[in-house]
Amino acid sequence: MPVKRIDKTPMPQRDAGVRAHDFLEVNEGYDLQRAMFEAERCLRCQDAVCVDGCPVRIPIPEFIHAIAAGDMTEASSILRGANPLPAICGRVCPQESQCELLCHMNNRFTSAAIGHLERFVADWERDQPNNEGARQPWRDEKIAVIGSGPAGLVCAGQMVGMGYPVTVYEALHAPGGVLRYGIPEFRLPNDVLDWEIDVLKRRGVEIVTNVIVGKTIALDDLLNNMGFAAVFIGTGAGLPKFLGIPGENLNGVFSANEFLTRINLMRAYDFPNADTPMKVGKRVAVIGAGNTAMDTVRSALRMGAEKGLIVYRRSETEMTARIEEHHHAIEEGVEFHWLTNPLEVLGNNEGWVTGLKCQVMELGEPDDSGRARPVPVAGTEFVIPVDNVVLSIGTTPNPLLLKSTTGLETDRWGCLVADEESGRTTRAKIYAGGDVVTGAATVILAAGAGKNAAEAIHRDLAEARGEESPAAIAVVGAPSAP
Amino acid sequence: MARIISKRVLTPVTKLFIVEAPLIAAAAQPGQFVIARVREGGERIPLTIADYGRDRGEITIVVQEVGVTTRLLGALDEGDDILDVVGPLGAEPEITPGGHVVGVGGGFGAAALLCLMRDLSERGEQTTAIIGARQKDLLILTDELSAVCGHLELCTDDGSAGLKGFVTERLQQLIDGAGVADGIGPPDRVLAIGPMPMMRAVAETTRAAGIETLASMDPLMIDGTGMCGGCRVTVGNEVKFACVDGPFFDAHQVDFDEAVRRNKMYADLESQAAEMQAPECQASAGAS
Repeated sequence: MPVKRIDKTPMPQRDAGVRAHDFLEVNEGYDLQRAMFEAERCLRCQDAVCVDGCPVRIPIPEFIHAIAAGDMTEASSILRGANPLPAICGRVCPQESQCELLCHMNNRFTSAAIGHLERFVADWERDQPNNEGARQPWRDEKIAVIGSGPAGLVCAGQMVGMGYPVTVYEALHAPGGVLRYGIPEFRLPNDVLDWEIDVLKRRGVEIVTNVIVGKTIALDDLLNNMGFAAVFIGTGAGLPKFLGIPGENLNGVFSANEFLTRINLMRAYDFPNADTPMKVGKRVAVIGAGNTAMDTVRSALRMGAEKGLIVYRRSETEMTARIEEHHHAIEEGVEFHWLTNPLEVLGNNEGWVTGLKCQVMELGEPDDSGRARPVPVAGTEFVIPVDNVVLSIGTTPNPLLLKSTTGLETDRWGCLVADEESGRTTRAKIYAGGDVVTGAATVILAAGAGKNAAEAIHRDLAEARGEESPAAIAVVGAPSAP
Repeated sequence: MARIISKRVLTPVTKLFIVEAPLIAAAAQPGQFVIARVREGGERIPLTIADYGRDRGEITIVVQEVGVTTRLLGALDEGDDILDVVGPLGAEPEITPGGHVVGVGGGFGAAALLCLMRDLSERGEQTTAIIGARQKDLLILTDELSAVCGHLELCTDDGSAGLKGFVTERLQQLIDGAGVADGIGPPDRVLAIGPMPMMRAVAETTRAAGIETLASMDPLMIDGTGMCGGCRVTVGNEVKFACVDGPFFDAHQVDFDEAVRRNKMYADLESQAAEMQAPECQASAGAS
């Protein structure tokens, strides 16, 4: 029977004063005792609404019950069957607006700590000896996946699980996409990412780095000359937006993409042992209030900034960051400047940033996004002295591939048009999912899109093979070969 | 990984590598570049594709040793692998057909002219290359350029080869019609590839005459695919990304002051790193 306890079992985390100066992970993870203690809280609802909140539809009560019963092997098998990236999603999913939001416990208590439990199971699996050998694909149709971010990795994982040979093409020198260059190690350590990717490689996913489809090879080459039966595009939303305000090209102004890529992918925190430099001044203003903005401002502190500031033209209510990231940022001493609109980046004679000129905003009527529109308050201009300004105001899909491929429709935001359920694009054999379709969203939505597309590819290929009803989709991670 | 097929030492600090990169060679267009990384933890640096052989599956890159990464790369030898090479990146320059194209190459920028000038000559343009260096033995690829251009003009600071003076002086002479006697008419279009001050000087030289001029911008870059925005260049009143919109831009519109300033953003850290790494470079150069 479930045990009534009002509050979630707290996640052990490193002291804010210490962790704000290094890149080691903030959350330490449950131990088995905490995990079983928390798992007992789950109500085992008949109508498991939490699953409806999960883009990859993890059978949440089932894996939690397995934890409560102490059967970690079972918990792990259930979890991995639904989500090829559990150690990542357990760390970076916005559970509070998904599974945990719908949890019936919220009626009287706090929800079950689904995210923490997911992470625990994945980390447990990571500690187990790995006996699983690579399985040979048992189907003939080769699948190409473009981009090794969450959408691509999940699609690839699902496809090899269904017996297809899969090749993933990655433009950078290391796989992972935004998981590698974007999310900092204090939230998602590289060894966790490497492990998840290694699991996929062991299952047979081939990853080819340093290939830019659309530049190095054409997408049509994949289909016409290289023998791929289907292509999944998971190229994300990698193009940074700038505000277009004066002073944006001053030295010391970065896109969040550049700031984070220098630190995460290129390891600028280890300069000069790593070769890529990074210059972080004493005061760093980050414009925006999403997860990337939180990652950026907290990275700035870890790079030695004395003050990290969030500057956001809307209020705290409209902030899009995960609650946990916001809390962690507060604990680490980040200053929040709500209803503050940047007007101009100011610089000195040498062209280095010295300040950010802003104005005060107030909230007006709802805008297109349904959020209260920020309206300038006349005569409220002021200057925040800063040494760096980092723009974290969103990203759009990279047009490189889309521009070089005919017949793919994009919408007015530059997003690739694809069916939400199947990932089918306006061209046969080409599927897409994740940020390239939705614009910048979350890891788990991308993962869900990758999973849906894999199922659609499988169905379409089965139909092409003349199978009346496609074979049941194999559970990825099932130890037995078919 | 990309295997080095052969290496030529062009000057003590300028090395030419022919690298096995069949996919890049098959896709490359004149004026494009690659991004390379030479060791784990290494930085990503852009390098112009000086030449390519599709049938051989090879590309040619020329490296001038100015910092940690270029020194490590310069120390590699035939048979060694370059850890990462990705490309081709950037876009081929759009050069209006018809007329006399003068390519101006300063220092190792001359290498980048090679496949550009060949391509222009092959498509029937009248071509001249002006290349310059401090002295004769620092001029590079003169035979190769001579073979692919209608005319090759040399300039040296000390007069040890060709004109004693800057490339812009020879360019001005050609604009003034001084080459007509030798069969070199005034330029209709100019391509400038080299150090920023040289490209800026070329732009100023052609501005008054209103000659269409493209400069090959070489800003700091990380990914080379439009992701980081570090390579922002202001052209006219627009902000462009050199990696995807360039590297060639209207030289009369480029904000060179900003470009020079942005390229020096890490100068102090870079020289600090170069000093620290110097002994290691020596060691690896000796070992290879």
